Amino acid sequence: MSVATLDPTTAKTVARRRERWASSRTYISAAIILIWCLLPFYWMLVTAFRDVGYTFDPTPWFTHVTWDNFTTVFSEKLGNHFAQNLLNSLIVSSVTTAVALLFGVFAAYALARLEFRFKFLVLGFVLGASMFPGVAIVTPLFQLFTNIGWMGTYQALIIPNISFVLPLTVYTLTSFFREMPWELEEAARIDGCTQGEAFRKVIMPLAAPAVFTTAILAFIGAWNEFLIASQLSSEATKTVTVAIAYFAGSQPHQEPYTAVMAAGTVVTIPLVILVLVFQRKIVAGLTAGAVK
Amino acid sequence: MSMQAEPLTRRGKKSTGEGPAGPENKEVGQDRKQKTQGRAAALLIIPSMIVLGIVIVYPVIDAIIMSLQKDAGLDPVTGSFVAGGFAGFYNYVHWILQQCNTPSGQASCPAGTLGSQFWSATGTTFLLTVITVALETVIGFWMAIIMSRTFRGRSALRAAVLVPWAIPTAVTAKLWFFIFAFDGIANTLFHTSILWTGSEVPARAAIIIADVWKTTPFMALLILAGLQMIPDQVYEAAKVDGATAWQRFTQITLPLVKPALMVAILFRTLDALRMYDLPAIMTAGANGTTTLSILVVNQIRIGFNSAAALSTITFLIIFIVAFIFVRFLGANAVESATNSGKVK
Repeated sequence: MSVATLDPTTAKTVARRRERWASSRTYISAAIILIWCLLPFYWMLVTAFRDVGYTFDPTPWFTHVTWDNFTTVFSEKLGNHFAQNLLNSLIVSSVTTAVALLFGVFAAYALARLEFRFKFLVLGFVLGASMFPGVAIVTPLFQLFTNIGWMGTYQALIIPNISFVLPLTVYTLTSFFREMPWELEEAARIDGCTQGEAFRKVIMPLAAPAVFTTAILAFIGAWNEFLIASQLSSEATKTVTVAIAYFAGSQPHQEPYTAVMAAGTVVTIPLVILVLVFQRKIVAGLTAGAVK
Repeated sequence: MSMQAEPLTRRGKKSTGEGPAGPENKEVGQDRKQKTQGRAAALLIIPSMIVLGIVIVYPVIDAIIMSLQKDAGLDPVTGSFVAGGFAGFYNYVHWILQQCNTPSGQASCPAGTLGSQFWSATGTTFLLTVITVALETVIGFWMAIIMSRTFRGRSALRAAVLVPWAIPTAVTAKLWFFIFAFDGIANTLFHTSILWTGSEVPARAAIIIADVWKTTPFMALLILAGLQMIPDQVYEAAKVDGATAWQRFTQITLPLVKPALMVAILFRTLDALRMYDLPAIMTAGANGTTTLSILVVNQIRIGFNSAAALSTITFLIIFIVAFIFVRFLGANAVESATNSGKVK
C-alpha cells in the first residue's frame, strides 16, 4: 500500500490511531511506575492493620482489621520504648537541622553571591565532606565519646549527623541562592535601604522558600539516619530507625512482622504527608545543583 | 552571571564605554571588590568550615592516628595483655593481606574471623554498587522519560515517586524483609519457596531489589530535571529532519542530559559504596552480604584501632572512585553547582 493512495481521511485516522497508541503506552508505563512505587508501601499499611494471627494472609485489601499492632508498638511490656524513640528522633533531627541551617545559610550566601579566591576549593571541600562514609567518623567518635562519657547522649548523635546534613544544606542552598533575583537587593539599596534593611526586607522573603525546602530535606535526612544512631545511641537515646531495626517481639525467635509494619507506618506516614504537601519544593530541592 | 552581580552604578559607568584610564581603573576596581568580598565571604564561610572541621576532619584525622596504634588485648604469642602502642602499618596489613597474629606469629587469618573477610566485603560492596546503580540509572531514565510527557495524572505520578524516597531506609529494610519472608507475599505471588535471606544469591537479590525500589525514583527525579532543560525546539527540528525516536534519544537526549546524569550517577555510586542499612537489617551481613561498612562496624567493638584502619581504607576507596568519576568521566558536581545560574 503506497502512501500516495491514502486519502486525507485515512491518513488522519492512521495518525490519530498512532497517537492513541503512544498515549496508551504512556498511561501503561505510568501505571507500572505507580504500582512499583506504591504497592510495597500499601502492603505495609495492610499488614499494619491486620491481626497478628493473619500476618501472611495474601488477601490484597484490608482484612481482620485491628488497632492491636499499634497498641503493641507503644506498649512497654516487651521492652520497647517507641514513644521515647519518637521523641529522641524528633530532638536529634530538629537540633541537627537547626544547626545546619544556621551555619549553612551564611556559607551558601557567600558561595552563591560573592566573588573570592578559593571559592571552588571551599565548594569542593563541602562536596568532599558529603562523600565521607559514616563509618569513617563513627569509629573515632565511638572511642572519643566513650572516653569523655558522651556515649548515649543526644550530642553524640547530633554531632555526627551534622557531618552529612551541613554539606547537604550548603550545597542545596548555594544552588537555590544562585538563581535568586539579586537585582532586587541592588534596587532596594539604591532606594536608600542599608544593606541590613535590604537583606531583611527583600532577600529574606525571597530566600524563605528555599530555606524552608532545605530544612525539610535536612530534617528528613537526619530522621532517616540509621548507622550513626545504631552505634552511638543508648537505650535512653535510641532513635526510631534503630528501634524498628531491633524491635522486640513476644516470641524470642519470631519476627514481629505486624508490629514492625505498624511501627514503620507510624514513622513513615508523617514523612509521606510532609513530602506530598511540599512535593514541588522537595523535588526542586532534591534536584537543585545536580542539574544545569 | 557576574554582570548581574554588578552594582547598577558600576553597570551604568560601563555602558558609557571606557575612558583613557579605563582598563587600569577596571583592574583596580575588580581587585578592591574581590578583596572586600573576600573578607565578607570569609566571615560567612569560616563558621561552616569550622563546624565541618570539628565533625569530619578531626574524627578522620583521629581515625588515621588510631589506625597506626595497636589494639589493646591479649598477645597470642606471649599470652600476656598488651596495652597498645605504635603499630606502624600493621593494621592495614592485617586487612589488605589478611594477616593475623597467632601463637606461632603472623599468619593468614583463620576463616570466619573478620580479618579474613576484607576482600569478600570489598567484592560484595562493589557488586551491590555496580548492579544497583546500573539498574537505578536505566530504570530511572525510563521513569524520567514517562514523567516528562504531558498526560492527565502526571502530578499524581510525581507525588508517588517521592514515597519510596521518603520512607526511612530502616523501614524499607523491614518492609522488604517481610515481603521476602518464606511465607511472605513474594513467594506466595510467584508460587516459589525461596529462602530469600537464607543463601547468597537470593540474599543479594533481595537487597538489590529493596535498594532499587527505594532509590530509582530519586534517580528519575534527577534525570527528569535534566530532561526539562532541553528545549522542545531541538526535538521539533530533528523531527522535521526525519529523525527517528531512537535517533532523537541517542543524539539529542543523551548528550544534553549527560552532565546532570553523570552528577546523579556520581552521588548515587558514592552512596551505594557506603551501603550499611539494608544489608545490616535485612540479612545482618550473612550469606555474602557483608559490606565494608558492616565489616567496620563489626570490628569497632573488637578493636577500635583496626576498625579505624578499615574505615580509613573504606573512605580512601570511596575517594578514589569519586576522583575517577570527576577526572575521567567528567562528573563535575562543583561546576554544576557554581554554573547553575548561567543556564538561565
